Amino acid sequence: MGFFERLFGKKNSADSAKERLQLVLIHDRMDLTPAELDSLRDDLIATISRHVEIDAQSVQIGMEHDGRSQRLVADIPLKGASRRRAKRSK
Amino acid sequence: MPAQVITITSGKGGVGKTTAVANIAVALASEGAKVVCIDGDIGLRNLDVILGLENLIVYDIVDVIEGRCRLRQAMIRDKKLPELYLIPAAQTRDKNAVSPSDMNRLIKDLRNDFDFVLIDSPAGIERGFKNAIAPADRVLVVTNPEVSAVRDADRVIGILEAEEKGPGSLIINRLNPTLVKNHDMLSADDVLDLLAVELIGIVPEDEHVIIGSNRGAPVAFDPKSRAGQAFRNIAKRLRGEKVPFLDLDDTGGFWQRLQRLAGRK
Ligand SMILES: Nc1ncnc2c1ncn2[C@@H]1O[C@H](COP(=O)(O)OP(=O)(O)O)[C@@H](O)[C@H]1O
Ligand SMILES: [Mg+2]
Repeated sequence: MGFFERLFGKKNSADSAKERLQLVLIHDRMDLTPAELDSLRDDLIATISRHVEIDAQSVQIGMEHDGRSQRLVADIPLKGASRRRAKRSK
Repeated sequence: MPAQVITITSGKGGVGKTTAVANIAVALASEGAKVVCIDGDIGLRNLDVILGLENLIVYDIVDVIEGRCRLRQAMIRDKKLPELYLIPAAQTRDKNAVSPSDMNRLIKDLRNDFDFVLIDSPAGIERGFKNAIAPADRVLVVTNPEVSAVRDADRVIGILEAEEKGPGSLIINRLNPTLVKNHDMLSADDVLDLLAVELIGIVPEDEHVIIGSNRGAPVAFDPKSRAGQAFRNIAKRLRGEKVPFLDLDDTGGFWQRLQRLAGRK
């Protein structure tokens, strides 16, 4: 890494390679395109909302991995004030 | 004991599969094992030139499968190592001339006569790759410390798991210790972190590999080549020996270090 790159805090290339690969491999292994992941997220929100009131804006879906095995992790915050069950809509 | 059938594959082309097969075969046969290697890259035959046996080819693997010759007639004996044989690929055919069950049948006939059967897989994840992994007891995945090779290796490892061939063992080839030290190349640890599979060898970038391929003499024959040493270590590990991984962080060997200490370098 050259002097100027260090001066301007540019990351060294091996670190960029590793970070980029981490993200790419997660998507490759999941076998879902970002668009498919979005649609999974929408379906999940719709399904859960039929049972409880959730804060749809704050739903987070991510991947965690342990070695080569991966899991899909969803963080779904319930609507704070109203903890009561959502009205069943038909 | 029946042979261990080992397939060397990678996904990406040009990462060093053929180099690895030739060198591991030479290293195993130098230690007295009976070895046959099979060039599975139909249409892009190469293992013959890397082993320096291209002038001895009469029949090839497709001739065997289509019944034009007996298996023994297609086996070329190495010039230096009498226990090393090559079954060459066909050059003028395509991969569809062979099926996975053809490969299984062919390898079954070799199992009792050899200690190791090494199969050189073509790049990609299609027919040629499927043919190469079908008979494998064990798969070695070759990669380079570089984004596209690592990504393709991960794909291949995923497919191996899905086909119940195990995740495979990893060979990291063409590692450049100076680049790693300057943080301009993924380190072996980085690659292992990303791929999360078992490591079986780290092979440094080494100009002797190219010199050896010019001559048709794999570097595993060369006692001074570092890549040759790395391939010999892989062969030992395949035989079940515990061999420590080369310390590639240190660009020089013991003597270079000593010379540096003595201020001569
Ligand atoms: N460790 C190494 N150091 C230097 N060059 C290498 C090394 N391994 C392979 N090569 C070179 O890389 C090129 C591709 O290797 P090859 O074994 O033909 O790859 P593949 O069979 O995966 O397509 C060849 O020119 C070979 O000499
Ligand atoms: Mg090749």
